[in-house]
Amino acid sequence: MEALRLLRSRTVVLPVRDIDTDQIIPARFLTTTTREGLGAHLFEDWRYGPDGAARPEFVLNRPEAGGCAILVAGHNFGCGSSREHAAWALRDFGVRAVVSTQIADIFRNNALKNGLLPVIVEPDVHGWLLEHPGAQVSIDVQSTTLTLPSGTAVRFALEPFARYCLLNGIDELGFLLARESEIAAYEARLGSA
Amino acid sequence: MDSSLTLFEKVWRAHEVVPETADTPAVLYVDLHLIHEVTSPQAFTVLRERGLRLRRPERTFATMDHSTPTRTEQIFGGAPITVDAAARQVRELERNCADMGVELLGLRDARRGIVHIIGPELGVTQPGKTIVCGDSHTSTHGALGALAFGIGTTEVGHVFATQCLLQRKPRTLAVNVRGTLPPGVGAKDLILAIIGKIGVAGGTGHVIEYRGETIGALDMDGRMTVCNMSIEAGARAGMIAPDETTFRYLAGRPRAPQGAAWEASLERWRQLPSGPGARFDREVDIDAAALEPMVTYGTNPGMVIPIGASIPERADDQVLAKSLAYMGFTPGEPIREQPVNVVFIGSCTNGRLSDLRAAASVLRGRKIASGVQMLVVPGSQQVKRDAEAEGLDRIFIDAGAEWRESGCSMCLGMNGDLVPKGHYAVSTSNRNFEGRQGIGARTLLASPLTAAASAVRGRVTDPRELF
Ligand code: SF4
Repeated sequence: MEALRLLRSRTVVLPVRDIDTDQIIPARFLTTTTREGLGAHLFEDWRYGPDGAARPEFVLNRPEAGGCAILVAGHNFGCGSSREHAAWALRDFGVRAVVSTQIADIFRNNALKNGLLPVIVEPDVHGWLLEHPGAQVSIDVQSTTLTLPSGTAVRFALEPFARYCLLNGIDELGFLLARESEIAAYEARLGSA
Repeated sequence: MDSSLTLFEKVWRAHEVVPETADTPAVLYVDLHLIHEVTSPQAFTVLRERGLRLRRPERTFATMDHSTPTRTEQIFGGAPITVDAAARQVRELERNCADMGVELLGLRDARRGIVHIIGPELGVTQPGKTIVCGDSHTSTHGALGALAFGIGTTEVGHVFATQCLLQRKPRTLAVNVRGTLPPGVGAKDLILAIIGKIGVAGGTGHVIEYRGETIGALDMDGRMTVCNMSIEAGARAGMIAPDETTFRYLAGRPRAPQGAAWEASLERWRQLPSGPGARFDREVDIDAAALEPMVTYGTNPGMVIPIGASIPERADDQVLAKSLAYMGFTPGEPIREQPVNVVFIGSCTNGRLSDLRAAASVLRGRKIASGVQMLVVPGSQQVKRDAEAEGLDRIFIDAGAEWRESGCSMCLGMNGDLVPKGHYAVSTSNRNFEGRQGIGARTLLASPLTAAASAVRGRVTDPRELF
């Protein structure tokens, strides 16, 4: 996993609550057997019309969205299916952090395992961000702070182990594999129960 | 056992390989890992890249359901799977399972079906187990008193390699349901009403335990319908305490314990229900006696109303306006009598035998309205055989519906069973998201009774009108 320590970017804003993973990546693109290339279909049915032409008014199609690595979205982002393809598509598109007032459990887990940072902020900060698309924001994983253009810094919660993995670019599998003796002992207890 | 523990807490504690600390999540042991063709390929790839094998292939169980065809000739007759990429996924799962020693109920297996239907049906789903699957509706298995939740593909890889997951302990939410469900109102209406009450994010970070006399009175199929949609309230898992109904359901199932092992299991399972002193982080109360058939009007399952109600009007709500524009509905108009083009009976929410019986009870001796397409897709091949043994297939076919092989089908349309753009589908599935059943498809979630009644009249119909 690619480490993430400090992120400085303009924001792109999708002011819609309850954005589900079927919108992030529709099911017809789940027939892939690899992780790559899904960014092309991120928000496919919002980005493109029935004829396949890009909808110029959709935020991700506007020139100013180019290079933005921070997505600010409405309450309860990523609800619905467990498809990790949603996190892969966002990463493939270049997004490194999603900011909202709530992020669904399974999506949040999947995001963290792919170097995509879920950031939960209070409604006042969220409201400001929604109203100021393109704001230059910085997110510091080390200190778990998000800094607005005014210099105001707010803390966000990040599970300590997920933070450690993000900062060091390590994945959890290595940690789990290193628990071999505990797992074997547990299985031995199971067998004798 | 400690009478202050909840059902969830008991199952969690029994599976802690290493308890959580401030710095690290718990290492949680997984008793049963269910896999299917859509969310497993990349996890097998990671195993190969790292030179790993499955730690416990015998605790892993595979089937194919999401992208499989439902036309008999495509499964048994040699006709090709029309969606190329779906055919590739099916072949890849066959190869991965063969290479890694995983038992697979393949395309032509008589026990195949939607993963959340066959787990309980075969008896591999049991009280007190931890069960995971790369699928958010894994919550279904909680109906038997298991701790069951959906995981992403990276975590599928973790379970492959270590049979464990790193997890923070979730909070608990008790949903207490009292009162008798009125005639015509069932488990689907109940769970839709619960989601309407707590909201699509109301259960985030929580495991729900459904409790109370109404839950105890539900049969296992109904309990599975309720737990299935826990994720639609944001909760990763829903659980119901195992009781005599659960044990009667499991007794004699092919993979359930037998003989002395059965007796020993019963003794353990009886210890599982939450103790009298158990405390939950939150509680919500629901009066079942006051419920009506429920139907969704918008683009998430929380946008739900009683069938006699009108579509909400909130002038300043942009999200509602966008959702209603997608649905082609006018605020303030009744949901009843809205036109219906497609009716889908099936999915892991309502694809079990009692769901098909409910739909058939409405269709017996009736025809579906002209111009309506109706698809009935049993949740498993076993459900299909049981339904055929009772003659339900004849009732559906005589009414003008299509009777298919099992699978996810029109619930998410990966296999080509799609709702056309702009069409209205009354569906017994669990998600009415934009485009879920096809690009531009408009989904109304409802019970099997409501769906069947709506097929008969070609309009959104209160099933009690047809009793
Ligand atoms: S029936 Fe629908 S919700 Fe259930 S597992 Fe299949 S696709 Fe998912």
